[in-house]
Amino acid sequence: MISRTERTLTYAILALFTVVSLTPVLGIVSTALGSQSSLNTGFSLPDDGLHWGNFADAWSRGHFGTYLRNSVLVTLAVVAITTVFSVLAAYAFGVMRFPGSTALFYLFVLGLALPQEALVVPLYFDLRQLELTDTYWGLILPQAAQSLAFGVFWMRTYFRGSAQSVIEAARIDGANSWTTLWRVLVPMGRPAISTMVVIVFMWTWNEFLMALVMVSDEAHRTVPLGLAFFQGQHSSETALLAAAAVLIALPVVIVYVALQRRFIEGMLSGAVKE
Amino acid sequence: MKGDARRPASNPQRPADGQARAVVGPGKTAPTSGELAPRAMRQMARTAHHTGRRPATQRLLNRYRRRAPGEPRAIGYLYILPALALYGALLLFPFGQSVWLSLLHWDGMSAATWAGSDNYRDLFTDPDLRAPFAHALLLLVFYSALPVVIGLLLAALLSRAPVRGMTFFRTVLFLPQVLALVVVGVAWRAILAPDGLLNDTLRAVGLDAAARPWLGDYDWALPAVGVVGTWVGTGLCMVLFLAGAQRIPRELYEAARLDGAGPVREFFAVTLPGLRSQIAVALTLTIVAGLRNFDLIYITTSGGPGNSTSVPAYEVYHRAFETNEVGSAAAIGVALTVLIFVLTVTLSRLVEGRRT
Repeated sequence: MISRTERTLTYAILALFTVVSLTPVLGIVSTALGSQSSLNTGFSLPDDGLHWGNFADAWSRGHFGTYLRNSVLVTLAVVAITTVFSVLAAYAFGVMRFPGSTALFYLFVLGLALPQEALVVPLYFDLRQLELTDTYWGLILPQAAQSLAFGVFWMRTYFRGSAQSVIEAARIDGANSWTTLWRVLVPMGRPAISTMVVIVFMWTWNEFLMALVMVSDEAHRTVPLGLAFFQGQHSSETALLAAAAVLIALPVVIVYVALQRRFIEGMLSGAVKE
Repeated sequence: MKGDARRPASNPQRPADGQARAVVGPGKTAPTSGELAPRAMRQMARTAHHTGRRPATQRLLNRYRRRAPGEPRAIGYLYILPALALYGALLLFPFGQSVWLSLLHWDGMSAATWAGSDNYRDLFTDPDLRAPFAHALLLLVFYSALPVVIGLLLAALLSRAPVRGMTFFRTVLFLPQVLALVVVGVAWRAILAPDGLLNDTLRAVGLDAAARPWLGDYDWALPAVGVVGTWVGTGLCMVLFLAGAQRIPRELYEAARLDGAGPVREFFAVTLPGLRSQIAVALTLTIVAGLRNFDLIYITTSGGPGNSTSVPAYEVYHRAFETNEVGSAAAIGVALTVLIFVLTVTLSRLVEGRRT
């Protein structure tokens, strides 16, 4: 029923949007591989060969080694805390009944739409009071708290959907709620958990505002913050700036390409739908 | 959300479910341990007995039975405790503080003075504060409306025929969503720069007059930043709608075609109603993202030139940490929260046609 013209048109439009999606990305990659003296902002591959050295230069001159280490550390901590706390809380919300559970759950859901901008100001003064600004904890704790909204919401959906019969079978076998969770439900829920892990990983890795506010010394800068400062100082060095941007985006893009289904599934669930 | 709200109402039907489980549970164990059999019988007798009780008593007893055997119900609180403590201390508590700060005049250092509703009144009267909110609402056209419209048109087109290599297209179209907005900002600055790709292209096709420093132009900076938002959001909407469109039963399309509907009628009669809930999700996600839009503004324009691209999210940072108007910054943050909640709830209600 679908004519050949229509089919061609379909692919033409898909191709057009693919080009639109990729143009800025390819632009920055080609700039990153261009000559440092060139003022060209990309889209023409350099005629004097690819300058892979730009990445090394950006790495050393932009101190991206330090920033990457900070980002890895903060991201690992946020993912670990969010995962454990979310699984515990969502388990209770999903399979147990106790007074106030619905109200408490909505309290967490609220966090999905609460903008950081409404928290960041008092958070800064609180954490400064506790001498936690310019520390890793000052980056980890607020981001973990914000990720919990998604984590609890997402994992509760899993626990709600996990078969009641499995839980009852475990109970009959003599498992208490703790062993049921860790021996049965968590191993069964690896797909749901890995979706949460990749989403929280991406959010934390890309987080900018919280890092900008909480960190003023260079030793604790994360990569997005490093890139912003690098842009401020070396705005004319387009090749190095682009190389740094590519370095920052790469870890998330690699994980995304490998696990795109999980990314898309997790990110589209962000709106409260049940 | 809906399911939960309805839960108490559906309680009257619950007893049947609870009784069935009480019978089936022990019944399953009977073969393995003989001692349990008498308990099962006792339980069956009890359930039979209950049917004569008053509904309130019955509900209470049923709630008791639904609990795990031998499990104190307080254990639920223990599981929630770590998450709630962290969430309460670093999210709920600061939000409360924001509300409190918004009622004060405070420069972040010296003693604060009571401001009452001053900071909020300023949001409506001070042109420097009205502008960011006006910009944010205009940007929502680019961040939310355009992506949804483009996404719908594409979904309508693509859902008519099976597409090969959909995984590839989906991966590419969704890519802008996973890039750090800082990286997106750097990439687009290069495109919108005076000698960037956009101007080069315009000059190449002879439109020299149209070339301009997009991000430095008082009239064009805001739409230019908006286009970046459209680029980020469109893929998300497309992927969402394509997935939704695949779930619309084929028979509906066939029926529409038999009735002689063309592609346009088909879109309005079948695709659009079928995507209602996806549209609501897309609106919610893009509106929240559009109003939280700090990173992109900070990297591309820092609110400039003048304050022509200033948005509330940027203004919070600017006032709290650059010009020491902490009370005002907090009020903007709270107002932004209210705006997000009102817009998302209203729009998704409208789209889904729900009445409250």
